[in-house]
Amino acid sequence: MIATAIFLLVLFVITLSVAAYSTYGERKVAAFLQDRIGPNRAGPFGILQPLADGTKMFMKEDFVPLHANKKLFLLGPAIAMVTALLTGVVIPWGGTLTVFGTTINLQGADPEIGILYVFAMVSIGVYGIMLGGWASNNKFALLGAVRAASQMVSYELGMGLSIVALVMLTGTLSLSGIVDYQIAHGWGIIQQPLGFLLFLVCAFAETNRAPFDMPECETELVGGYHTEFSSMRLGFYLFAEYTNMFISSAVISTLYFGGYHVPGLASLGLDPNVAAIIGVAAMFAKTFFFIFFFMWVRWSVPRFRFDQLMNLGWKKLIPLGILNILLTGGIHYLFNH
Amino acid sequence: MGAAMTPLTDRSRVVSNKKMTLMERIYLPEIVRGLSITIRHFLRKKPTIKYPEQKRPIAEIYRGQHILKRDEKGRERCTACGLCAVACPAEAITMVAAERKPGEEHLYREEKYARIYEIDMLRCIFCGDCEEACPKEAIFLTDRIVQADYLRMPFVFGKDELVEPMDPAKRVDVSKRQTPGVITFKQEKRYAHNR
Repeated sequence: MIATAIFLLVLFVITLSVAAYSTYGERKVAAFLQDRIGPNRAGPFGILQPLADGTKMFMKEDFVPLHANKKLFLLGPAIAMVTALLTGVVIPWGGTLTVFGTTINLQGADPEIGILYVFAMVSIGVYGIMLGGWASNNKFALLGAVRAASQMVSYELGMGLSIVALVMLTGTLSLSGIVDYQIAHGWGIIQQPLGFLLFLVCAFAETNRAPFDMPECETELVGGYHTEFSSMRLGFYLFAEYTNMFISSAVISTLYFGGYHVPGLASLGLDPNVAAIIGVAAMFAKTFFFIFFFMWVRWSVPRFRFDQLMNLGWKKLIPLGILNILLTGGIHYLFNH
Repeated sequence: MGAAMTPLTDRSRVVSNKKMTLMERIYLPEIVRGLSITIRHFLRKKPTIKYPEQKRPIAEIYRGQHILKRDEKGRERCTACGLCAVACPAEAITMVAAERKPGEEHLYREEKYARIYEIDMLRCIFCGDCEEACPKEAIFLTDRIVQADYLRMPFVFGKDELVEPMDPAKRVDVSKRQTPGVITFKQEKRYAHNR
């Protein structure tokens, strides 16, 4: 019990610091992709930049517009941040550690419906954006919120369909169950290449990242749903985006890249604790690769137009998702009968 | 207007609104192509110069912040003739002349000197015409860069910032700009109207 509490606390701190350093990473990646150097003034190589940014956010005036709905305006960023943090609980970050005779499961909680829990949390996260955008009493913010809502609804469908095929294959909704299946039968990317592609595209839309960052499209909507936000409330929104990116990367690694599984590690006959730590390191390496991938795409691909976004979601991804389910079912039927 | 307009550069492209091909409508091949372009830039050497730790090399005859020279005895060479102000295309130079009092011979070389001499560094275009106009070899541009500031007023440089220090050790070297060739050129120019 105490072990779980400590693990969750550590997970909380890690999630926050990864999110904080993602902002730094994003600026560095953006700079390097554009032949620049990026932040390099705060500390060596600018590694203290997130601290400086955070301090700046806290020092700014916390402004609530006169005609804003105050309660919802204050609630929006909180919902966005809390739901972003809650998702990490069900992700299996590693196997089990044994310290002083106590077995620590490197997963906060392992509900039978782990993947549905992730979906539920992501869906509530939209409310943070919607409430914040609506409560601002600002046209740009409202348009951003409307876009966020419609985009999330559209892409959650595609995402759900790509997961259905994976669930059919693994026969479980539990995230640790899915990882166990992949350890036994090979990674999800090999068995579900189309599903992975659909999930990846939908993950970009779900995290509001470029090329699908319509809700905060600067060229059209000033700042989108967070136009009216300032100080650390804005910070929470931005932070929630990076937390979501971290969690999405972790979910992609878990569902399609074997989670903490390292091929061939079991045959080395290492101490279980060492193997578990290597597993956690592998999990984080996979996650960090996807965080990098998210940034790489953001600084390479221009933003979609909103009708293109909707067309892609409804006319391409959802039919492909259904096709993927049929294919998976057909192959399953052929081989197991 | 000429009959056939020639493009200004060889990089102009005719924009077309043609329908996207199937490969383009799938998006993925084009996205992969874009990603491969950006990742090549990721590893490329960065051209950034990290000012102020690194400075870009400047020419020896760089035209930067002005100096009002003193002669070998430490007297101001400027005689407030105003030729620099006339020559200045940006009208950045203003001065007020004054007469040298007895006992000030060690300070000013001529009987007339500039009591106030101001250059507005925000107006100055650092062309060096003042230097060329000066008959007394008094004003020179140096390779010092005018420091940045938050306000405008500090950019009006008075005599305190412009005149060379009296201390021989702190003299500013202008030999790079005042080469023998330049001196001869200016002398010839000065007597040109007598020809």
